[in-house]
Amino acid sequence: MCLAIPAKVLSVDGPAARVLIGDTEYNASLLLIDDVKAGDYIMLHAGFAIQKVDEEEAIETMRLLNEVAGYDPES
Amino acid sequence: MKYIDEYRKKDLILGIADEIRKISKKEISLMEVCGGHTMAIHRFGLHSFLPPTVSLLSGPGCPVCVSGQQFIDTAIAYCRQVGVILTTYGDLIRVPGSKSSLEKERAAGLDIRIVYSVLESLEIARKNPASKVIFLGIGFETTAPLTAAAIAEAAKLKLANFHVLSAHKVMPPVMKALVKDGVKINGFIAPGHVTAITGIGIYKDLPKAFGLGVVVSGFEPVDMMQSILMLVRQLEAGKPRVEIQYQRVVQQEGNVKALKLLDTVFELKDDYWRGLGMIPLSGLKIRSRFSEFDIEKILPVDVPLSTEPKGCICGMILRGLKKPTDCKLFAKRCTPSDPVGACMVSGEGSCATYFKYRE
Repeated sequence: MCLAIPAKVLSVDGPAARVLIGDTEYNASLLLIDDVKAGDYIMLHAGFAIQKVDEEEAIETMRLLNEVAGYDPES
Repeated sequence: MKYIDEYRKKDLILGIADEIRKISKKEISLMEVCGGHTMAIHRFGLHSFLPPTVSLLSGPGCPVCVSGQQFIDTAIAYCRQVGVILTTYGDLIRVPGSKSSLEKERAAGLDIRIVYSVLESLEIARKNPASKVIFLGIGFETTAPLTAAAIAEAAKLKLANFHVLSAHKVMPPVMKALVKDGVKINGFIAPGHVTAITGIGIYKDLPKAFGLGVVVSGFEPVDMMQSILMLVRQLEAGKPRVEIQYQRVVQQEGNVKALKLLDTVFELKDDYWRGLGMIPLSGLKIRSRFSEFDIEKILPVDVPLSTEPKGCICGMILRGLKKPTDCKLFAKRCTPSDPVGACMVSGEGSCATYFKYRE
């Protein structure tokens, strides 16, 4: 029920955005978050963007994990 | 990054599993509260990567499962009234009430419409000014702000024929109630999207008061393995605390805008949880300022108290005291195509998950 999926913002029009998940476009309400622009990733939950995805944090988490796992993502 | 594929890499999962095996000495039991986590664990078979020292337990984190029959019975009582259009998330359509379900009522000709977003309900209300449009508000802190936003919009648009039947609930009281109830766990894998809204403040007493570790987790297999590793590290060091694994989505303070809206529209009330009973201040009711949108205020219905189906142990399962496979009805009398209890109906209920991924 609390499922939310990362979606890429294609365009913003007032309190709504067009977003992309895989190859499918959806509408996302922006009533719950501010400062969204095209190119951002948001978490889409039942038609609403509930939070932005922080790219820097994502990259840092991945780097730490790869270190723990001794895994080389380039290989 | 697309934020999905990177978190499903097998080598990475195996690497984290090795690290967990290396450091895990104490026998610990971790509860995943959220139904989405239960699904991820079974879908990706994460149990099989864990050492025997680490066991996972499912909690009460499926709103459909904990809301019980009374809510469905009430919804049905409303939609049987003249001039009502009931709108609902698909999750609720097949949930058995004490005598019927929304699906059966719809087949019998009642106007029940599945919506993907609550905003579609506003649109339906706008297009059908002669009808009362009642939206079934269900879900935890992740979903409740959406209902709050819709009520605020309806107020702005003066859409007086839009109403909500609220079964919205909040997470922190039930997590504490479980621990006080004697469920033996050492830590919580805390719900990522609930916390994306609430922030981590809601967990702050758990380490000190109950000695529990708390890690707020994402939903991909790599996220979940990392969260388990973080909990194992905390517990091995004897230093339980609140940490965020799901850093890319969860901020310490949560979603302030959503929280403000939630507080504007809703207030806490004592609420009934299937299997757990009444829990103080664990549910959300619409504030009197917005009472014209609260269907229970403007049109109260009298629904007899429902009883749990015979033999169903959903209540024990929701409290983490029994596993679905302990139930005599499981996979025999009770299956996803003909469910008895709520845990089998909802796709993220423990029973449905166990059924789908059973060996």
